[in-house]
Amino acid sequence: MSRPGPRRQGRRGGRTILRFTRSERAVHHAVALLMIICLVTAACLYVPAIAAAVGRRELIKTIHVIAGFGLPVPILAGRLFAAFRADLRRLNRFRDEDWEWLRRRDRRAVIDGTGAIPVGKFNAGQKLNAAFVAGAVLVMLGTGAMLTFPGPFPDAWRTGATFVHDWLTLAVLVVFLGHLRYALRDRGAMAGMWDGHVDLPWAARHHPAWLSEQAATREPALRERAPREAAPEATEERGVPGP
Amino acid sequence: MAVRSAQCSNSGVTGTGTSGGASARPDEGTPVGRRIVLGMLGLGAAGVAVGAAVQERVDRALSPINRFLPVGGGFRYYSVVDRVEPRDAGDYTLTVSGRVRDRRTFTLADLRALPQTRIIRDFQCVTGWRVPKVPWAGVALPDLLDAVGASPAARAVRFRSFDGAYTESLTMAQARRRDVLIATDMLDGPVSHDHGGPVRLFVAPMYGYKSLKWLDGIEVGDKVVPGYWEERGYDIDAWVGRSNGRDDEPT
Repeated sequence: MSRPGPRRQGRRGGRTILRFTRSERAVHHAVALLMIICLVTAACLYVPAIAAAVGRRELIKTIHVIAGFGLPVPILAGRLFAAFRADLRRLNRFRDEDWEWLRRRDRRAVIDGTGAIPVGKFNAGQKLNAAFVAGAVLVMLGTGAMLTFPGPFPDAWRTGATFVHDWLTLAVLVVFLGHLRYALRDRGAMAGMWDGHVDLPWAARHHPAWLSEQAATREPALRERAPREAAPEATEERGVPGP
Repeated sequence: MAVRSAQCSNSGVTGTGTSGGASARPDEGTPVGRRIVLGMLGLGAAGVAVGAAVQERVDRALSPINRFLPVGGGFRYYSVVDRVEPRDAGDYTLTVSGRVRDRRTFTLADLRALPQTRIIRDFQCVTGWRVPKVPWAGVALPDLLDAVGASPAARAVRFRSFDGAYTESLTMAQARRRDVLIATDMLDGPVSHDHGGPVRLFVAPMYGYKSLKWLDGIEVGDKVVPGYWEERGYDIDAWVGRSNGRDDEPT
């Protein structure tokens, strides 16, 4: 939420680079909010102990349905913005280094302050997460629509839709918690999503190919934040080979 | 933003130089993301097609523990109001009124003193879930109607819940069935508050919404009045497998 220390100095008094534009962050936050509403109301409808404590089934159901149908809206709206479209393309494409990233146990290794694998703006895990969320939103939307408007569908399909909707909920919950866990243990990544900018050393460690690509286009997104003594410094927190 | 879009639209397409794998040309590489999304859509559709059969097998496989798992069989808790004030078994009463010879108020002990009926039947919800082989016990509704001397000319029976909102009706022919219970026990114990206790209706051959929870009033009359769920579009004659557009196996 809030970044430690006054903004003007940057986190380490260093320079930062724009990672997510305002529109991209707005899309993320809107999707996150709707997703959380869906999950919380789902628990109220579904987990017997919580359902018994909360009651108000009609109201909860209405909130759940509205939030669910609303989920794709910010994503569609995001497509109006070039930055968002560009990121969708990046997320979609897997290249050699993505397979390597998935294969190697030392995928987060850092050599001289730079990530060993030339990871672009998104690593393979982030790409998989994005694809899963996109697929899950569509499947939940389809099955949810069948459950909300059951009229035209044969009974077996409705039961099948319930089955898919129920089990996919558990998968979504697991992935959601995993996403949250990775974000919470990396302040740099959090900063990128909350304020849009990340420190250069962080970018060098986690997304070296993206950083050099940005630098090659004459540092368009780089931003001066403080006296320029701070060249990318040695890694401290996360410079060791990953799990 | 402007800068980045320029980079994407130009160099992304034309630049196939020797700069090595590190550069981020967005249109390079395998569209794995799209394949995952399409694959999930395919799986989702397949799941809708075969899910009914799979769920049945899952329920059976988990049958000893599925009452405790949110996914899988087991009852799901539905309440239509904000909160239902629990009613103690000690001061619970059920009033039977209308076209009867003796208007009577039954305590739980009174109900247990009447002839008891025990049946084991599946519980089928209109939304699809089904709990197999639930043991129910209590007073068969025809026995209760006889105990109060319900008029032979009466044509309907109405049920009221102490949650203040839930109502149901049966025709007299339906109410005279021996598999319609004023249930005081289910799952081999007293009906719990969450399941609609201390006393609920159990209409074995019909979808779950007919089995009114938190029963405290029965009125014998002439008219079938649409109940809470029926006003929301569900069928009044809710035979399992023959109503609400469903073809479940009868319970």
